[in-house]
Amino acid sequence: MGPESVAASPTSDAVPGLPEYAPRPFLLQDRRQETSDTVTLTLVPADGGTVPSFRPGQFNMVYAFGVGEVAISISGDPTRDGPLVHTIRAVGKVSTALTRLRPGDVVGIRGPYGQGWPIDAAEGKDVVVVAGGLGLAPLRPVLYELIGHRSRYGRVEIVFGARSPADLLYYSEVQEWRRRTDLRLQVTVDSADRSWYGDVGVVTQRLPDTRFDASRAVAFVCGPEIMMRFVAQALEARGLAEDAVWLSMERNMKCAIAQCGHCQYGPLFICREGPVLSYRRLKPLLAWKEL
Amino acid sequence: MGAPEEGPARHYLLARADFQSLFDALAREGYTTLGPTVRDAAIVYAEIRNVEDLPIGWTDRQGPGTYRIERRKDDALFGYNVGPHSWKGYLYPSRERLWAAHRSPSGFTVEPPEAAPPRYAFLGVRACELQAIAIQDRVFDGPYADPAYRARRASSLRIAVQCGQAGPTCFCASMGTGPRVGPDHDLALTELLGPGSHRFLVQVGSPRGAAIADRLPLRPATEEDLRARDALVDQATSSMGRSLRTDDVHDLLLGNPGLHRWEEVARRCLACTNCTLACPTCFCSTTEEVPDLSGDRVERWRRWDSCFTLAFTQLGKGSVRRSPTSRYRQWLTHKLASWQDQFGSSGCVGCGRCITWCPVGIDLTEEVAALREESSAKTAVSGGER
Amino acid sequence: MTNGEKPVIRLTSATHPFLEGFDAEFLAAASEGAEALELPPEAMVFHSGERARHLYLMLEGKVALEIEAPDHPRITIQTIGPREVLGWSWLVPPYTWPVDARVLKPTRVIALDAGVLERHLEAHPDVGYRFLRRLIPVIAKRLDEARIQLVDIHGT
Repeated sequence: MGPESVAASPTSDAVPGLPEYAPRPFLLQDRRQETSDTVTLTLVPADGGTVPSFRPGQFNMVYAFGVGEVAISISGDPTRDGPLVHTIRAVGKVSTALTRLRPGDVVGIRGPYGQGWPIDAAEGKDVVVVAGGLGLAPLRPVLYELIGHRSRYGRVEIVFGARSPADLLYYSEVQEWRRRTDLRLQVTVDSADRSWYGDVGVVTQRLPDTRFDASRAVAFVCGPEIMMRFVAQALEARGLAEDAVWLSMERNMKCAIAQCGHCQYGPLFICREGPVLSYRRLKPLLAWKEL
Repeated sequence: MGAPEEGPARHYLLARADFQSLFDALAREGYTTLGPTVRDAAIVYAEIRNVEDLPIGWTDRQGPGTYRIERRKDDALFGYNVGPHSWKGYLYPSRERLWAAHRSPSGFTVEPPEAAPPRYAFLGVRACELQAIAIQDRVFDGPYADPAYRARRASSLRIAVQCGQAGPTCFCASMGTGPRVGPDHDLALTELLGPGSHRFLVQVGSPRGAAIADRLPLRPATEEDLRARDALVDQATSSMGRSLRTDDVHDLLLGNPGLHRWEEVARRCLACTNCTLACPTCFCSTTEEVPDLSGDRVERWRRWDSCFTLAFTQLGKGSVRRSPTSRYRQWLTHKLASWQDQFGSSGCVGCGRCITWCPVGIDLTEEVAALREESSAKTAVSGGER
Repeated sequence: MTNGEKPVIRLTSATHPFLEGFDAEFLAAASEGAEALELPPEAMVFHSGERARHLYLMLEGKVALEIEAPDHPRITIQTIGPREVLGWSWLVPPYTWPVDARVLKPTRVIALDAGVLERHLEAHPDVGYRFLRRLIPVIAKRLDEARIQLVDIHGT
């Protein structure tokens, strides 16, 4: 495939002449160990072409040759042209294979897919970002955007929770953000030993301490579903409207194009209508058990 | 549905003795003909070449969890109701290669897809099945239209056959999908079988259908033939074994996730996936990575999957829908309710396959009625309107 | 625990969110025996097993609640910060602290004398009721948070 074959379409970057399902080879440039089971991969197109642009919150199907494919959100900087960045936790067969790759290896990429965070709707408003564990990965592009165009937004409050200090992603970057005076970032862990001098407690415990004007604020929340449920309830209690709170949902995905049926969540295909959805739409569905 | 006022002008008659000419015409036009045939004690769809391949003189006896074929008193070619197969097996095969790739200096190279799809002629498509195909068309359409499906669909010919009888598990009339064959077909046949007379009313529905009709020894049909067809359709309507009330089903199912009936049906449900495989509209699939022995070449296959399996909602280290209750509820609410939100129609055409082929005879029409009853009892108790 | 001389404290309902809405009589009574503490990092606010004699109103800083067992490394289960309150064990048998409270960051805290509080609240049941209505949500919130921790939401 020559460089002429990589003209990026806005929503997808499928190889011309091949079905949407066919991945495009990307070269692994850099691999960074984030935690014991999580790595951040930096990828460039193997054909020398351009990296497709994406909106914060969108995801790609990432393919390990001979193993399979898995949906991974994009964690890079949307405000500048750069390599593709994915942060991946070794959970299943495919994600484990992806975390074991070394620079020089090749993976397949198709995407980006899905609806991202409604960043435009946040302009001129206070922004509350709540991330739990790996949930920071799809929110990092939001932080790049907020920081990159800081004057477009009101107060920025970030709460980042993880299970333990050893589970904190992007540690040095988070420390940098904490030092900024134009935003507030609280980090909390569920439990810690004596070497940790930061906050201990679940993310919801930090929310009363966030400051925002509920009448003109939006919240972007990503983490385990149960955490998002508690956080959304707490934000609602703080006066945020249901359609000002946005969650990124996760479901099993095989195709990413609303055809395999796996990611259905009530009437929604998480891959197509999501993964980012308003709490207004999700609230009635979150009440169903095992949906 | 079909407009009864249409005159006999576009209607023709094909004698039973000339029926082989249809097979010959299809072959000459380059179609691979797929149609009903008796195999393994069932009437299934397979490649057929001759009129003798049809289930001549056979019918079926169906009920919840039961299916038997038996001899008819006549030699009807299409005197049966739908069997375990549906046309989705050809338009959307149970296993299909999505792509292949081999290792190359740049990592791996994806190989172009295989040759052009076959040209299928589907012979004996029932009214409900035409609707099922239309429903799957909407699933595989859109910005990410499945090219293989679209190609097979575009090249295929649909020869419908009117139902002259309905089975005990049929409920197309209440779903608005039959029994009368709708206008969207290439050819539509009605088998008219009387004492000393065995002929087929042929109705042309498309230019491609006309191209086939042109090759058949047809003669004009009469008003009487059309009346005979309408009588047959009426007969099928009146022999419909089951019905499903659809006006309230969307809100009923989506508004009542916690009814006890869900638990009750799940105690009988084996989560065997039969209903989803037999269903002509169920479209869920999974993908498989198939490497060769050297590990240098892989094939990526798509195969039918079912929302009844535990692995279907695997996430991290567990599944979202762990209980059979949640899986049956997912299937029924999707089929009858959220399908409407997703694709603008019900996902059910009332063919009854899921009832017949359920090993424990779970009947969705009965389940919906029971859910409705429990829901309205609850509403009545809580002081709501009846 | 205390730093030398006790400064005299005059509590008002603005001193701490917990005191908002209480009447002057209660505030005056609670001021009796109240201490303003300034604690450096590593100072212990209280030790597990000790008799619980205070309700702590956090003004500034951070205090870690820790549990230690002989066969287990010391674990921080929660940190308490400004505007929060700490310590209701003087209301609950056996009236001892169940955990250690260790200062992480320079902390200013007001310690209310539990004996004084109890005497006043017993004598004024209506105020006692208001006091418990104020305290129970704090306990309920701690319980909620403990439940969320128990679920181990980040668990893989």
